[in-house]
Amino acid sequence: MSAPLLEARGLCAFYGATQVLFRLDLSVVAGGVTALLGANGAGKTTTLRALCGMVRTTGDIRLGGQPIMGRPIEDIVRLKVAHVPQGRGTFVRQTVAENLQIGAMSRRDHAAIATDLERVYGYFPRLFERRRQQAGTLSGGEQQMLAVGRALMLRPTLMLLDEPSFGLAPRIVAELFEIFRRLNRDEKVSMLIVEQNAALALDLADEAYLIETGRMVMTGAAATLRNNDSIRRSYLGY
Amino acid sequence: MELILHQVLAGLATGAIYACLALAVVMIYQAIDGFNFAQGEMAMFSTFIAWQLIQWGVPYWAAFFATLVVSFMAGIIIERALFAPIHNAPVLSHVVVFIAMFAILNSLAGFIWDYNVKTFPTPFGSRPLLGNGLISSHDGGMIGVTVIMLVLLYLFFRHTRIGLAMRAAAANPESARLAGIRVAWMIALGWGMAAGIGAVAGMLIAPVVFLEPNMMASVLLYGFAAAVLGGLTSPGGAVLGGFIVGVIENLAGTIPYVGGELKLTIALVIIVAVLVVRPGGLLGQRIVNRV
Repeated sequence: MSAPLLEARGLCAFYGATQVLFRLDLSVVAGGVTALLGANGAGKTTTLRALCGMVRTTGDIRLGGQPIMGRPIEDIVRLKVAHVPQGRGTFVRQTVAENLQIGAMSRRDHAAIATDLERVYGYFPRLFERRRQQAGTLSGGEQQMLAVGRALMLRPTLMLLDEPSFGLAPRIVAELFEIFRRLNRDEKVSMLIVEQNAALALDLADEAYLIETGRMVMTGAAATLRNNDSIRRSYLGY
Repeated sequence: MELILHQVLAGLATGAIYACLALAVVMIYQAIDGFNFAQGEMAMFSTFIAWQLIQWGVPYWAAFFATLVVSFMAGIIIERALFAPIHNAPVLSHVVVFIAMFAILNSLAGFIWDYNVKTFPTPFGSRPLLGNGLISSHDGGMIGVTVIMLVLLYLFFRHTRIGLAMRAAAANPESARLAGIRVAWMIALGWGMAAGIGAVAGMLIAPVVFLEPNMMASVLLYGFAAAVLGGLTSPGGAVLGGFIVGVIENLAGTIPYVGGELKLTIALVIIVAVLVVRPGGLLGQRIVNRV
């Protein structure tokens, strides 16, 4: 087992005076995929936001051994962490091509950016067809592909994926998860994936965490969680 | 016929000023989603700085560009010092600060340079430009500078990375931060550019309306009207709106019995009528968003 790429110890998060995360410990292995599961309102999205400093947070967060707690999100992005937010974060008035350029905005290596644009179009030919279209006119599935494409333009080492399957047709979801699998296998992109669709996420992940109202209730290998009937019935709902 | 042609050309000339100011208004509106009521006073203050430099013997164009740089930096400083801290405050807090800035800049200019009307030089001269003195060379210069500025802004926003970063920061700040864009600095940059554009507008109109602390009062109203008419999301619309407001205002003045007194009213009535039909303004972007 290799060293953790991302490691959080005693992670707490607050909305105003209300504490919503309670001393979570979690890690993502370099080159691995970790799933973060839980019901609606369990704090999955908040955990992702806490990891990149978008909510008030206490605890210790390390990326590649380096503390990143309290760093602004713009700096964390420059450490090659790409956050694909819930709701996709599309720049609706900009074209598809401009949306992808925005994803590479923190980079200076112009030649490599051009290569990466070709790579993203390779993964998502649909985006190439629509590159001159206003991004707001894309379908939900296409906008999710665009969000992933924008994240890839950073050439990330770690992707934080927030409910990528949300609201999408099963065929599109399958396509998207196949691309995640390829990214992880071929390009060694590590991932922390938040999902309501537990079966899907456990299929992709090596390790999994289960949280309930801001507290960690279960951690383990994804296969263990997948094969444990009582966990499946009580927490994962399938 | 000659009269109408004359009024249209004169309207284009004043319209160029409204267009400049409308451009500045649109720049800040894009960045913070609010009207900068102090835009005119910032422009006036910049013009006084240029005047002071010229008084000290600095050549016109040197003073012009020095003022541009000073205004740009002042715009950034004002944003960082006053507006960044209240970024998340309710919109009324912004309005109060805008109004305070209006009053402060106005009295400060009066305090430093007094309220006597001053003449301001034009680099374009005031020779008749087209036959029969339909339009003066200064009018021509104003129109030219406005068009050049619009073209430069267009090229900046469409074809540079930082222009795209500024558009992204304005459109979706949170998503822009997730892409690593330093949104706070993009807003400050927008303020700097708006202050610079306002300074140009002030320096161009000062030879026509003369320099004094209240010189921008009516111009600002027309500038706002132009920005809204053109569509607050569109720099091109702001310039188009500026020219239209200028021409309508001047033509309305030639209608018998209406004359000079009601020309402002007529201009505003037409603007309201346009907005009733097209609430987003003439070139305001209609955003298509599928869910």
